Amino acid sequence: MAGKSEPIGAEQVAIHPKAGPIQLVLLAVIAAALLVAPQFLYPIFLMKLLAFGLFAAAFNLLLGYTGLLSFGHAAFFGGSAYFTAHAVKVWGWPPEAGILLGVLGAAALGLVMGAIAIRRQGIYFAMITLALSQMFFFFCLQAEFTHGEDGIQSVPRGRLFGMFDLSDTMTMYYFVLAVFIVGLLVIWRFVNSPFGMILKSIRENEQRAISLGYSVSRYKLGAFVMSAALAGLAGGIKALIFQFATLTDVGWQMSGEVILMTLLGGIGTLAGPVVGAGLVVTLQNYLATSDFPVTIITGVVFMVCVLVFRRGLIGEFFASKLGRRLGFRSES
Amino acid sequence: MTAPLLETAGLQAWYGESHVLHGVDLHVHEGEMICILGRNGMGKTTTLRTIMGILRKRTGRITFAGQDLMSVPLHKTARAGLGFVPEERGIFATLSVEENLMLPPKVADGGMTVAEIYDLFPNLSERRNSPGTKLSGGEQQMLAMARILRTGARCLLLDEPTEGLAPVIINAIGDVLRQLKQRGMTVVLVEQNFRFAAKVADRFYLMDHGTMTAEFPVSDLPNRMDLLHRELGV
Amino acid sequence: MTMIFGIPVQALMGQLLVGLINGSFYALLSLGLAVIFGLLRVINFAHGAQYMLGAFTALLLLTVGGVNYWLALIAAPLIVGLFGAIIERTMLSRLYKLDHLYGLLFTFGLALAIEGTFRYFYGASGMPYAAPGALTGAVNLGFMFLPIYRGWVVIASLIVCIAVWFMIEKTKLGAYLRAATENPALVQSFGVNVPLLLTLTYALGAGLAAFAGVLAAPVYQVSPLMGSNLIIIVFAVVVVGGMGSILGAIVTGYMLGVVEGLTKVFYPEASNIVIFVIMAFVLILRPAGLFGKDA
Repeated sequence: MAGKSEPIGAEQVAIHPKAGPIQLVLLAVIAAALLVAPQFLYPIFLMKLLAFGLFAAAFNLLLGYTGLLSFGHAAFFGGSAYFTAHAVKVWGWPPEAGILLGVLGAAALGLVMGAIAIRRQGIYFAMITLALSQMFFFFCLQAEFTHGEDGIQSVPRGRLFGMFDLSDTMTMYYFVLAVFIVGLLVIWRFVNSPFGMILKSIRENEQRAISLGYSVSRYKLGAFVMSAALAGLAGGIKALIFQFATLTDVGWQMSGEVILMTLLGGIGTLAGPVVGAGLVVTLQNYLATSDFPVTIITGVVFMVCVLVFRRGLIGEFFASKLGRRLGFRSES
Repeated sequence: MTAPLLETAGLQAWYGESHVLHGVDLHVHEGEMICILGRNGMGKTTTLRTIMGILRKRTGRITFAGQDLMSVPLHKTARAGLGFVPEERGIFATLSVEENLMLPPKVADGGMTVAEIYDLFPNLSERRNSPGTKLSGGEQQMLAMARILRTGARCLLLDEPTEGLAPVIINAIGDVLRQLKQRGMTVVLVEQNFRFAAKVADRFYLMDHGTMTAEFPVSDLPNRMDLLHRELGV
Repeated sequence: MTMIFGIPVQALMGQLLVGLINGSFYALLSLGLAVIFGLLRVINFAHGAQYMLGAFTALLLLTVGGVNYWLALIAAPLIVGLFGAIIERTMLSRLYKLDHLYGLLFTFGLALAIEGTFRYFYGASGMPYAAPGALTGAVNLGFMFLPIYRGWVVIASLIVCIAVWFMIEKTKLGAYLRAATENPALVQSFGVNVPLLLTLTYALGAGLAAFAGVLAAPVYQVSPLMGSNLIIIVFAVVVVGGMGSILGAIVTGYMLGVVEGLTKVFYPEASNIVIFVIMAFVLILRPAGLFGKDA
C-alpha cells in the first residue's frame, strides 16, 4: 500500500543505550563468562556461537544502521570460508594469512555485489542481493577449488603467527574469542564514527541526506563492503573452527538464518544479533538430535518475530521497565 | 428547524502523535453550502478527512443523516451518502478519463447520469479516452467533482477546488457549484479563496488551530471583514 | 542433419522448447508477484512455496480423492488461493503500515514453514504425477517431435497470462485494482472495500502460483523444495522486467526462459546463472528494469 512507513530498525532509534556503570559491570561479567565458559560448555559449540555472533553483528551493521536488507550475506560468509580453507589447505598458508585472504575476498565480492545492488532501494535491494548470492552459489557449485558437493574438508588449523598451535582446542577458542571481540569493537567504532552517523541519517531520510550533499551511494557501498568484510572474517574463522567449507555456507538458507538471528536478537542493537545468533545456534544444536526439522521452527519464529516481536529480545529489554531502570534509557 | 444533515461535536483528531483537531463543532443543513475558511495548517483539510474517515485516529461525534459515523469503516462512509473531493484531486494516472469517472460505485439513486455530466463538463466528454493525468488542472478538478456527482452522494466535501486555477476556470467551477445547489446538494467547502467562496456559500466557519473560532451567515459578511483581514490576511 | 551455428536443429529446437516451458512458469510466477506487489507492496517470498502447494494439492487430490488433472487445475488454485486469503487476512495485513521489508521477511518465514512441513511429511525426493491421457504422446512437427503436454503448458500459461492482463487492464475490477495501487485511501473513501480487494489480490497471486504448480507437476516431479530455488530466479526475472508493468512481467518471463534455454545449447556451464548475469547487466544499464517506470 502506498504511504510513508517507518524504515526498518527505526523502532530501535529511541532506545539507544548509554554507557553507565551498570553497563560496564555487565560487560565485565560477560567478558569473564566468555573467558571461563569453555570449562563448562563444549568449546566447539562456543566457537560456533562466537563465529555466528560476529556474522550476525556484521550483517546488522548493514541492516540496523543503514537500513539495507541484504538477502545475500551467505556469499561473503561462505565465500570467505572457501578462500580461507583453500589458502590454508592447498597453498599451506598460515591461518592468519588465510583469514586475511578470506576477508579481502569477501570485501571484493562485497564491492562487486554492492555496486550492482545499491542501484535499487528497499525491497529490490533485497531481491538483487539474493539473486547475486545465488549466482555465487552456482559458481561455487561448479568451480573446481570448492570441490562441489563435497566441499573443502580436513582443513588444517595451523600455527597462529608460527607460535600458537590452533589444533589445541583451548588455544583455538581464545583465538576465536579474540577475533570476535576485535570484530565487535570494529563494528562499535564504525557505528559511532562520523561515517556511521551519516549512514543513520541516510536510513532515516535518504532524500534529505542527498539534499545535504552526501554522496549516498558511496556511503552505502562503503557500509556494504565493511559489512561483507566482517562477515568474511566470521566465515574465515568458521572454516578453521570446523575445518571445512561447504555449499551450506553460501546457500540462501544461510542468508536467511543470519537475518533471523538479527531479527530475533534486535535489529539495530549491538548485542542483539549476538544474542540472536546464540539462540538460533543453541536451538539448532538442540534439534540436531531430534528428527523434527529445524526449518519449520525457523519459519514460524520468523513469522512471529515479524508479526509481534519486531524489536527483538534486546530491543524489548531496552524498552522494558527493567531495562530502563538499569540505565538503558531512551534518548530524547 | 429540522436536524442538520451533517453534524460534528467535539471532534478531535491526530496525525500519529501530533494533535491536529482540538474539538471541531460544525453542522450543515440539507441543501446548504457552508465554507470553512482559515490559513494553511489550521486543520481545514484534516476536518474533511476526519469526517470522511480517512483519518481514523479521532474522538468526538460525527452524525450524518441521523447515523453515527464514528464506528463506520471508511468504505462504508461513502455508502451513507458522503462524497469527498480531495485537494490534490486524486485523478488516477493509470485510468482513462471515463474509467476515472466510472470508478466510484453508486451509493444511492439520484446521482447525475453520465450524459448529464458530459453536458455539464463538455471538456471531459471530448477527452473521455485519454489518460486521467493528461488533463489540465481545471479539467482534473472538474473530473474529480463529476466523479462524485455520479454516485448519488447527498453531501459533498470539497477541498480547495480553486487552488492553482486560472480565473476563468474558477468562474466555471462557481457555475457548477451554483447548479449543484439548485439540485439540492449539500456542500462543505474548504477554501482559501475567500472572494470565490463569498459568491457561493450560505454560511462561513473560521478555523484556527484546530477549532472553529467564528461562525456567521453570508449576510453578516460585511461586518466581519476586519476579522477576516486579520485572520486570513485577505 | 540440418545445422544452425554448428548445432543440430533438433537440439536447438528442443532447448528452445524447454526454454519456452521454463519461460511459461517464469511468466506465470512473475505475473503473480507483480500483481501482489502492485497493490500490497509485498514481495511474496512464499510464492515458490505456493507453487509447490499447487502441485502437491493436485497430487493429493489425485491419490486421496481420485480427482483428475483437469479438475485439479481449477481446484488447486482455488484451495491455495483460499489459504492465501486466510494468511493475508489474519497476518500479512498487519504489516502494511510497516517498512515493506517486513512483508518480505514474513513471507520468507512462511515459505520456510510450509516447505519444512511438507518435507517432514513427504521427504525431499520427488514424486511423479502423470500427465492426463489426452495430453500424452507427441506430434511430429517435421523438424522435431513436440510432446503434447509441453505444448499444452505453453498454451495454457499464455491463456492465463492474457486473461489476467485483460482482467486488470480492461475490467471494472481491474480499474479498482489499478486505482487502489495508486491511492488506496481515496478508492476506499469512494466506497470500495479495499481491504477485501487486498485479500482477493493476494489470493489471486497465490492461485496463479498454484496454477503454475499444477501445470508443472507432470513436467517436473512434485517435491517439497520444487519452488524454493525457482523463486530466486523469478525474483531476478522481476528485477529485469521491473515490477511496474503487468505486461512487462509476462514478456520478461518468456524471454528469459528462452534465453536460458538457448544458453543451454551454446554454453551449458552458464545456463543456471545466465538470468542472474542478465539481471546484473540490466541493473547497470537500466536500473528501473526493462519495463519499469519507477526509479
